[in-house]
Amino acid sequence: MKLRRRQRERLSLGLQYLVFIAIIAAVLFAADWDRLKDAFFRVDIIKSMFPTIITVALRNTILYTLGAFAFGLVFGTILALMKLSRVAPYRWVATAYIELFRGLPALLVLFLVGYGIPIAFPEREIPGGVFGSIAIGLGLTAAAYMAETIRAGIQAVPKGQMEAARTLGMSHFTAMRTIVIPQAFRIVIPPLTNELILLTKDSSLAYVLGVTAQTIEITKFGRDMLNDRVNATPLLVAGLAYLIITLPLSQVVRRLELRYAKAR
Amino acid sequence: MTTTPSRPAVEIRDLHKSFGSLKVLKGIDFEVGQGEVVCVIGPSGSGKSTLLRCVDLLEEPTAGKIWVNGVEMTDPDVEIDAARRGIGMVFQSFNLFPHLTVLNNLTIAQRRVLRRSRAEAERVARVNLERVGLTDKADAFPAQLSGGQQQRAAIARSLSMEPKLMLFDEPTSALDPELVGDVLTVMRKLAEDGMTMMVVTHEMAFARDVADRVVFMDGGVVVEQGSPQEVLGAPKHERTRAFLSRVLDPTHVAQLGQPDQSPEPPQATGLPADDRHNL
Repeated sequence: MKLRRRQRERLSLGLQYLVFIAIIAAVLFAADWDRLKDAFFRVDIIKSMFPTIITVALRNTILYTLGAFAFGLVFGTILALMKLSRVAPYRWVATAYIELFRGLPALLVLFLVGYGIPIAFPEREIPGGVFGSIAIGLGLTAAAYMAETIRAGIQAVPKGQMEAARTLGMSHFTAMRTIVIPQAFRIVIPPLTNELILLTKDSSLAYVLGVTAQTIEITKFGRDMLNDRVNATPLLVAGLAYLIITLPLSQVVRRLELRYAKAR
Repeated sequence: MTTTPSRPAVEIRDLHKSFGSLKVLKGIDFEVGQGEVVCVIGPSGSGKSTLLRCVDLLEEPTAGKIWVNGVEMTDPDVEIDAARRGIGMVFQSFNLFPHLTVLNNLTIAQRRVLRRSRAEAERVARVNLERVGLTDKADAFPAQLSGGQQQRAAIARSLSMEPKLMLFDEPTSALDPELVGDVLTVMRKLAEDGMTMMVVTHEMAFARDVADRVVFMDGGVVVEQGSPQEVLGAPKHERTRAFLSRVLDPTHVAQLGQPDQSPEPPQATGLPADDRHNL
């Protein structure tokens, strides 16, 4: 019998669902749930992680992330402007910086900032202690990525915007600051959000600086608990703790984009 | 028109402008008197937009000198931001700031450049919104306005800086036909109020009714100029006649009987229309 087009489509879709459900069912039935639960979901261990994981670890993760993001945003904007500058040496420096720091592992940069700067300037301290070191150490790498994003955003603002601002008597700097850059940032909200979420997870590199009980963040906290209790439950909880940050963040950004949609 | 003994609003001497090897302006000598309304017409690629943009130094002239209100714009040491304050520019593509409300579009330069207080800037802005008939759109964003409303808001934005000279770069070319009239009415009112205006336009009716002088450009030179009656009514040059017959009677271009000429206005290849991306 020859099937009609809609019948063929329905049959094809039905088969796809069937395969999908079969795979999930196979995994669910084949898994040894009791052993899994014992290794990853011990309620007593979960209880013992609270409230420290929230009041200390989650808080520090957020602080480190925001610090690195703020540093990266400011420095990245400067780099972006340098890269678009009419002054050739500015462009060379910015390009060299971006190429270098995009290529270096964030871990290495963080290590160099955390241990190199104190050796180079023994009398001085990085302001903010561990927080400052992480903000700068991760921010230096983040700035290199953000610079390229922001540069693209600035270039996406139509030329006429700068011209209109200049014909009203604004200096290049004022026009950039009040007209072009605000529009550029609206354009680059989605990629900057990506960067913020990546930084959230990169903040786990803080362990190379030797964090204490007060400066511990989510991943290190989870790993310490893992070693302490010889059980993987803390890792699962730590992983879920990151979602507490990233999921609302996505919502906030979606709202932000909607709000800006009419002013575009 | 030029009743005052002071210097003309705009003086241009032997202006040349090239984009790479492409010569767009080939020696322009030109004046706009105080209070005068000059319409510049001509085919695409004739250099009329480039000429207008040179006056505000959005394009750097290759050679020649330009004075605006007695200030030499082409002086390498000119305080360009200060000089531009006296000049309003209206673009074909409006170029309103999309992230600001209409009111803030009108106040931002007043506050940042003229250092006016918010209250004073808003007062001036509302006066100018009234002039262009947009009092009810103060809190709207540009994207919520029609093209004609956007262009009128852009004119009000320029007027809020209280310029002595207004430059219009094909202000109605991007508008739907039924919206052109509103913008031209605003411009006519401005002319009647005594504003010095230099208008690059394809609106021949506007040139005929409002201009004190019409300038026809082709191939980077001023071909002829004079009163609207002279240039539009009885053009002396063949190129002017050919252009006018194309613009005024576009469906009968073939009857010109010049088989070697394309029915389109001559378009210099490689020159972006209206030169907007060459700054």
